[in-house]
Amino acid sequence: MTSANDLTTKLEAVDARRRWLLASPALLTIFLAAIGPLFIVLAYSFLTPGDYGDVKWQFSPDAWIGVFFERDIFDDTLSLATAHVDIFWRSVKLALITTVATLFFGFPTAYFMATRNERSRDLWQFLITIPFWTNLLIRTLAILQIIRNEGILNTALIKLGMIQEPIQILFTDTAILIGMVYVYLPLMVLPIYASLERLDFRLVEAGYDLYATRWRVLRKIILPLAKPGIIAGSILVFIPAIGAFVSPSVLGGGKNMMFSNLIELQFGQGRNWPLGSALSITVMIIVMAALLVYVRNNSAKDERHA
Amino acid sequence: MRKGFSVRHQPGFTAIAIACFALLYLPVVTLVVYAFNSAPSVAAWGGFSLHWFEVALTNSDVIDASVRSFQIATVAATLATVFATMAALATTRTRRYRGQTFIYAFINQPLMVPEIVTAVALLIIVAQLKAVTGYSGLGYLIAAHTAFCIPFAYLPIRARLENMDLSLERAAADLYAKPLYTFRRVTLPLLWPGILGAFMLAFVLSLDDVVITEFVKSGGQDTLPTYMLGQIRRGITPEMNAISTAFLLLSVVIVTLFFVVSRKCT
Repeated sequence: MTSANDLTTKLEAVDARRRWLLASPALLTIFLAAIGPLFIVLAYSFLTPGDYGDVKWQFSPDAWIGVFFERDIFDDTLSLATAHVDIFWRSVKLALITTVATLFFGFPTAYFMATRNERSRDLWQFLITIPFWTNLLIRTLAILQIIRNEGILNTALIKLGMIQEPIQILFTDTAILIGMVYVYLPLMVLPIYASLERLDFRLVEAGYDLYATRWRVLRKIILPLAKPGIIAGSILVFIPAIGAFVSPSVLGGGKNMMFSNLIELQFGQGRNWPLGSALSITVMIIVMAALLVYVRNNSAKDERHA
Repeated sequence: MRKGFSVRHQPGFTAIAIACFALLYLPVVTLVVYAFNSAPSVAAWGGFSLHWFEVALTNSDVIDASVRSFQIATVAATLATVFATMAALATTRTRRYRGQTFIYAFINQPLMVPEIVTAVALLIIVAQLKAVTGYSGLGYLIAAHTAFCIPFAYLPIRARLENMDLSLERAAADLYAKPLYTFRRVTLPLLWPGILGAFMLAFVLSLDDVVITEFVKSGGQDTLPTYMLGQIRRGITPEMNAISTAFLLLSVVIVTLFFVVSRKCT
């Protein structure tokens, strides 16, 4: 018996080793070109900036101090870096509003898709997939041409006599927001659709049989069942939104910077790679915190159910 | 129950959904229409013309960037699909083994990091590697694209593998087929739609990438999206609309192919 057991264990070990080997090219590529470099960013955030970019290999906490504070050039006192705080606040605020707005528009859209019959469902799914696969820069360019002063939005409003002068939307936070909601909406719709597609409408019917109102059915039956999709969608929107680069670069103009523009600046004209690295790690920490909250919430709920 | 009462109905949802679809397509359609504008600006309509397509096609920067984009996307998507297929085979259809969850988490990790952070990380490491090795070719961009495409390619292949029936492979084994033969003649044909879908997704993602490419590229290595970003930041001409229209057409073709392939497999 023991020898048979030994053999099984051995075979399993061989199998596991084979599987690791099979996964190794993917793991190695991701380690070398995605995960590994993150540690170098962490290291760089504690070094001294070089004169022409890059770094001097000399420990310095200045980059991290510089994330939040400004050093006065005359008396060396520290004060809160209001420019940075503004940018952090704008990034977090816009990312959160984008998440909420895409959820507000995306949930009814996904629900609508999931309640069509089999055949037309395919068509709607196709229609939402096209923007998902379409270049984000092109979609941002499309939005830019709509909201600019000479764009069709302002032209139409003027022609209708609703406004005299074009409204300046481009190069404001609103422009960035509109652009992000527009480009990230499919990312919210698709996972919610995936969870609603499997929704058992007998449960909804049971709700109505028990005299629940539409609102109550939505809140107590449909929303809880769609929750995995809603959470997945929110993560899929929030992560790219907080680090958004294209939307603020194209729609925000030079002034309304978000995290990524500030980071880009440090690696470009700013020539302060350690500060850029520290800022990047800061974005990572915010994303990790958001993910942690989500994991915590989820596991706490699961325990209660069990 | 009231006549016409539908359990599926929610007030206002249909209106919001229709509005969403309309608003998703309106800007893109406008962009395409203005690509055929003869006027030198995107603000006013000056009649139908193919002038801006001609301008784009005779612009050597655009052609070079397009060729580069295709080269990178082809190599990166191929590598990513092969690696992802191997990884998917390694992580499905087995009893749990040590490290399985780790492999899974590791492969999906790039999805959890904002692109700008990965981009900066790669900028630093590529700068170091260039200084040490003296090599500054497209290899860096290809490696970076392969890495961020792997998780996207992995998911559809894994999903297909998990829904696949093991009994056919067992039957092949029962008939004394060698493992490699079974893989080639049974597993691979069944897996093919998943692999093809993964390749197309990876190809499009690589073709579309702006942020990582923008930070990793060396001078003169513009891809079509980074070239366009540079132009748009300087001010837009209808030439951008013409390029975008061609790009859009390609995306729609690939999505349609993707749908046909995934339809075939169900």
